[in-house]
Amino acid sequence: MSVLVYVESEEGKFKKTSYEVASYARGVADMMSTTVTAVTIGVDDNSVLANYGVDKVLKISNEKLNTFNAAAYADVIHQAAKKEDSKVVIVSSSANAKYLAPLLAVQLEAGYASNVVALPENASPIKVKRTAFTNKAFNFTEITTAVSLLGISKNAYGLKESSAPATEEAFEPALTDADFSVNVQSVDKAKDKVTIADAEIVVSGGRGLKGPENWGMIEEMADILGAATACSKPVSDMGWRPHGEHVGQTGKPVASNLYIAVGISGAIQHLAGINASKVKVVINSDPEAPFFKAADYGVVGDAFDIVPRLNEKLKEFKANNS
Amino acid sequence: MKILVCISHVPDTTSKINFTSDNTEFDTNGVQFVINPNDEFGLTRAMWFKEKQSATVDVINVGGPETEPTLRKALAIGADGAIRINTAAKDGYQVAKELSKVVKDGAYDLIIAGRESIDYNGGMVPGMLAAMIGASFVNTCISLEIEGDKATAIREIDGGKETVTASLPLVIGGQKGLVEESDLRIPNMRGIMMARKKTLNVVEPEGDKIETKAVSFEKPAPKGQVKLVSSDNLDELINLLHNEAKVI
Repeated sequence: MSVLVYVESEEGKFKKTSYEVASYARGVADMMSTTVTAVTIGVDDNSVLANYGVDKVLKISNEKLNTFNAAAYADVIHQAAKKEDSKVVIVSSSANAKYLAPLLAVQLEAGYASNVVALPENASPIKVKRTAFTNKAFNFTEITTAVSLLGISKNAYGLKESSAPATEEAFEPALTDADFSVNVQSVDKAKDKVTIADAEIVVSGGRGLKGPENWGMIEEMADILGAATACSKPVSDMGWRPHGEHVGQTGKPVASNLYIAVGISGAIQHLAGINASKVKVVINSDPEAPFFKAADYGVVGDAFDIVPRLNEKLKEFKANNS
Repeated sequence: MKILVCISHVPDTTSKINFTSDNTEFDTNGVQFVINPNDEFGLTRAMWFKEKQSATVDVINVGGPETEPTLRKALAIGADGAIRINTAAKDGYQVAKELSKVVKDGAYDLIIAGRESIDYNGGMVPGMLAAMIGASFVNTCISLEIEGDKATAIREIDGGKETVTASLPLVIGGQKGLVEESDLRIPNMRGIMMARKKTLNVVEPEGDKIETKAVSFEKPAPKGQVKLVSSDNLDELINLLHNEAKVI
């Protein structure tokens, strides 16, 4: 009856969102007076999960699972859920989690709610609050099946520490050929860059920057703040920046703590995609830009004047505060 | 090659989102409906397969008669035929289940859907459909090539991309990148005239089982006023971000 949570890792290390889904699972387990079992794949040391309320870890080590494969991962999580007789299964909202979750839902015969932003309002039947209409609204969804699968939005629940000892058990699920019908040939990922998905801070540039040659100051600000870089849709459409940086309704969603928009007017589609960020700062020369209505802090003025001066001040601030 | 493109009928990206009936229903009053943007990239890629590799392309939607103009638009863009499953789309499971029946009966090789619809953002139909029919599945797909029964696809991952191969039948969760924004087609007069003559089959649903129920909606709390900081006083901005917002 344990609540099962799939805790993601990359190259054997957990991410911050991993602790967030574990914390969330603890919250659900408390509502249902049960325990939390975490399933991990390819992580040697799982002891840290106890700090986020995990009671038991099912540890999977299998060379075939060293590279992420949605069908295979869904299959092993399904087997873990069966073993634990779990009625609630929890995953994150990473690209990989959103890839495997619908496959897992079919295997579990579970109703699946994605983009969940809070603990269930009801435990039986499970009723959750999730974002819809690309952050322009919330939707309360009731799950009508015996097993529920919940995908938790990043940065919505937060980390909740609670310490109790956790037990660990090696788990060896069976794998089939069908699990590997999609073969990963190569992965192209910048190793030293913060990704938009993981970033606490995102610095984003728009058409107001006039051309790709002017992105140096955006990258510099991102470096100083340890932030990811992003851009608006026209910028990626014009090829100034790679598609992977496009954030907004048809691009990547952003749910960072701080989103800094430079030279972005704030079209409704852009705002929808970044609205889940906690604090928004806009720098724009047009005081009528719609972004000022959506932002928490704003500076009206020329980005080419403001950003270099702000970068100097941020450097100073960082030097004095680290 | 037989391709089926799944088309969601969604409010235009600029729509104001409101609800009626005590916040239990989406208010369609004054709302323009369009082909879901993620589906439109897939439809345009399907047109390429039609023109370069002689594929036939059908489009499908699960929805009431009000969604037919959206399917007609897909026909005007160049799809060969359209299917409408005559029932309101209630949840991802129900839609995937209805689609799976059509895919099996029609022996489609490639099914292209969007990674998510921009209304409910469930992101579940393509994956569920793949699992139900036992096909391979590639999500957040930004490039797709087919040679015989082999597909090579590029998938967007957090912070990069991944190249994968799979055999047909294959289900794709597509998005921008499958084609560029500038490749999207606006139906011309000839296309619109031809679309009127193409078949739009209305099929009755198989079942009505759902797994999730959208009970009600809520709009986000209105946003407070922006705090403006003078461009001559950037220290104040840093101070606010550090001491008030506590984000740096």
